[in-house]
Amino acid sequence: MTRLPAQPGERLDRSTSVGFTFDGKPVEALAGDTIASALYAAGQRTFSRSFKYHRRRGLLCCAGQCPNCLVAVDGAPGVRACTEPVREGMKVEHLNATPSLERDVMAVTDAVGGPFTPPGFYYKTFIRPRRLWPLYEKLLRNVAGLGRLRAAQDEREWRTEYRRRHADVLVVGGGLAGLVAAIAAARAGADVVLADEGPEPGGRALAGGGHERARDLAEQARAAGVEVLTSASALGSFDGLVPVWQASTLHQVRARRLVFATGDVEQPLVFAGNDLPGVMLSGGVRRLIALYGIAPGTRAVVATTSDRGLEAADALRAAGVEVVAVADLREGRTVLEAEGRKHVSAAVLGGLDGADERRVECDLIVMSGGAAPATSLVAQAGGRTAYDEGRGHFAIAELPDDVLAAGAVAGHGDDPERSGERAGALAAHALGLGEAPPPPDGPADRRAPEAVPPAVAGAGRGKCFACLCEDVTAKDIHLSVDEGYDSIELSKRYTTATMGPCQGRMCQLPAIRLMAQETGQDLASIGTTTARPPWSAVPLGALAGRPLDPAKRSSIHPRHRELGARVMWAGDWRRAYDYGDPQAEALAVHESAGLIDVSTLGKLIVRGPQAGEFLDRLYPNRFANLKPGRIRYGVLTSDAGRIMDDGTICRLDDETFYVTTTSSGAGAVEQWFSWWLADWRMEVALTDVTQGLAAVNLAGPRAREIMGRLTDLDCSNETFAYLDGKRAQVAGVPALVLRIGFVGEVGYEIHFPAAYGQDVWDAILETGADHAIRPFGLEPQRILRLQKMHILVGQDTDSESTPFGAAMPWIVKLDKDEDFIGKWALEHAAERVGGHGSLALVGFTLPDGDVPTEGAAVLAGRGEPIGQVTSARHSRQLGQVIGMAWVPAEMANDGTAITISDESRRLRAEVLTRPFYDPDGEVLRS
Amino acid sequence: MSYLITCPHCGVREVTDFAFGGELTRRPRERPTLRELGAYNYFRRNVAGVQREWWYHRSGCRAWFIAERDTRTNAVHWTALPEEVPPAS
Repeated sequence: MTRLPAQPGERLDRSTSVGFTFDGKPVEALAGDTIASALYAAGQRTFSRSFKYHRRRGLLCCAGQCPNCLVAVDGAPGVRACTEPVREGMKVEHLNATPSLERDVMAVTDAVGGPFTPPGFYYKTFIRPRRLWPLYEKLLRNVAGLGRLRAAQDEREWRTEYRRRHADVLVVGGGLAGLVAAIAAARAGADVVLADEGPEPGGRALAGGGHERARDLAEQARAAGVEVLTSASALGSFDGLVPVWQASTLHQVRARRLVFATGDVEQPLVFAGNDLPGVMLSGGVRRLIALYGIAPGTRAVVATTSDRGLEAADALRAAGVEVVAVADLREGRTVLEAEGRKHVSAAVLGGLDGADERRVECDLIVMSGGAAPATSLVAQAGGRTAYDEGRGHFAIAELPDDVLAAGAVAGHGDDPERSGERAGALAAHALGLGEAPPPPDGPADRRAPEAVPPAVAGAGRGKCFACLCEDVTAKDIHLSVDEGYDSIELSKRYTTATMGPCQGRMCQLPAIRLMAQETGQDLASIGTTTARPPWSAVPLGALAGRPLDPAKRSSIHPRHRELGARVMWAGDWRRAYDYGDPQAEALAVHESAGLIDVSTLGKLIVRGPQAGEFLDRLYPNRFANLKPGRIRYGVLTSDAGRIMDDGTICRLDDETFYVTTTSSGAGAVEQWFSWWLADWRMEVALTDVTQGLAAVNLAGPRAREIMGRLTDLDCSNETFAYLDGKRAQVAGVPALVLRIGFVGEVGYEIHFPAAYGQDVWDAILETGADHAIRPFGLEPQRILRLQKMHILVGQDTDSESTPFGAAMPWIVKLDKDEDFIGKWALEHAAERVGGHGSLALVGFTLPDGDVPTEGAAVLAGRGEPIGQVTSARHSRQLGQVIGMAWVPAEMANDGTAITISDESRRLRAEVLTRPFYDPDGEVLRS
Repeated sequence: MSYLITCPHCGVREVTDFAFGGELTRRPRERPTLRELGAYNYFRRNVAGVQREWWYHRSGCRAWFIAERDTRTNAVHWTALPEEVPPAS
């Protein structure tokens, strides 16, 4: 097809051609073309197949608003052909048609599927017989959706960068109103960002004879210092934060004033066959002519409710298109039906009552059903809309203080520049910049009169589409009201009208009008659905940001790598899971010595005259009476008496306590402590030294000898007893040494400045080499601690666990003088200990071999679940499988048999309430 | 949800810098009844309107402070350290 002579404002560079392929066939385009304009110029009329009925769809808006031209580009689906510029060599493919756009087998649903595919059809048609559902589901999943993602992505090819942009004023929409608003605010001294969806600012003016003015204003805006973002979609307003997606960047724009100049959206008319290729909006027709030099047809019929259609008729005539009929609803005539199989071949025009019907042969029906202000973003930003009876659409009724609207969205389409000037000046003035604009003068509204289109015309002659994205017809809305979905929000969810890629731009108003017709209510009382983001379709990848997983690593970490550790995630940390043989590593701790990196433990210094009292108020047991140099275990409870965390606390001197927490609880405990401190305002200072200090645990029968060689300390059991904490030089590094026994053997937990992590680690392994020392990882530590029934908070306890249930009643000192967090709840819990319905945490043993899955159910005699396994491991030291489980309190007795259900297995286990290894702690204290 | 909060120490920051500590509650002074304890632990007024609430500057100075915020609009009227909170009007 040939192009029109050069148009005054066209985007084309006619001297440069660009080649790409569409479904494998080569297409010649001109530089400046979009995919759609190039294909249309090459004679393509069907651009996609519709969502449900697989009907042919052609170009409609040519502005990125409707779903009709969605294609896949280089394998990525969901690209709008009408706004995507052509690139040399790009591979464009159709969506949603098999095997081809021309011959689509699923089009059978259009011919015969009607009765089977009403709204909610997947709950109706595909429900019986029930046993076939898995088949239906597979079938439906296969045909649902538009396009396919590549099955496997080699890598995350593209991701957006987040950019935070703080500005004085954000203008959304770069039509004449937006441009002038941005210029006015910038000239008053404001820092202004302008975001426009199009490849160049200018909006409707670009194809409406105002291209010179638009391009001049864009220049002025840039010169005034406005940051102009093009091809940039504002996605929503989240408490004033407006994400703007622009190719590989997601700008998170926060401005002190928002100016919405989002224009309006030309509405389709709802009539029989209104989705046939060849039915276009007047704006789409004008863009094809003015920007791409394309005559959209040869014989055109125009149906309109306002002057827009008449202006389009003039543009068509100027482009050499014969306009064979104009139906202006203001004169009582409209289009009732579009005829044609693959494309429009005729239009049936007439009065709304069907009077004076006339069939006109044509290959183009240009419709203009009025323009709905694009209020979605305004509404998301807190604005309110109300029904405008005269214009038949919802218009802005109220704006929050920090939000302004300009141009057509504000009802000022007749004089966008004056409207923009005022909005820009007001925005700047509100920030103390520039002069307040004078109050507006002249008539408030000089827009030409419009007719309000009917909900549907030509019903009964064929499918009349209200929602093109989701293939919802006028009849579907009728059915959904019949079935009781008689509010617009319900109808939206049931029919899915307005939920497709156009986000309601084309279908919200038609759906409301149909609802009004069906229910007999007026549009004002039906109202609109809640405006929700995203306002523009956006790939999830654009929101996902960079694929970064921040990780914490201890200062010793490189050594674990060198030792061949299996490294795994543990919360935010990367930790050595084992060094190849967890059972052997655990055995080494029993037989000689082991060394584990426990730098991940939370570490807090609590200091001040009231430090002891502070801890007494936080923990159920006592710390004020702890002697300097001694250590006590503590369990933190909430005021509901539930276990939050645990750890050891060492009193360093009268006013100083060293508190350790679990690795994953470090942040939460610091937050908990500082919260109560903020409330109680005690003379206590809190310092989080988690990151500053490394820690290792040296444990095993040879640990004492190794320790003795590393320090000047007298490590004999008499002077350095179990639960003593001492400051010492370890391998020449100042350290705090805690004699504790998480893994069940004599052990020294050594805390020291993180910078020396690898030096101390190396020194211990070197010194211990003669004693067959072995590094051990997280997994052997879990075996070792389980042998001692030392709980892991969050693993063996949950948000319901109290110290009583977790078999630690001794830690709750209800007779303490002071009140403490959790006291009242624990008093109540104490009365119920062992009572009916209460659970207890116990150990259990199994014959060798069967390790139940953590989370497996404990069953009662009749097979109902009564508890669950929280931890289970094979212990080579003990030669059996051991574990912990919650069971009814009455079963918490040594020797009770329990049944564990683990998928298809039934395991018989025996309850044990005392530690499996060294139950009396003789080894630990030796 | 996205808005700005002024940390009394650090100044204006994105809300994602902070952890929410919930509306201000009063811990019972005396031993509560079971019902009072349940209400204190689990019941919140959950007002649609202006309330005083705790915030924690997690990704900053780690201070707890009080904010007065309109839960309908997320407009934060003021923030203050606990000892500088103005008396309720």
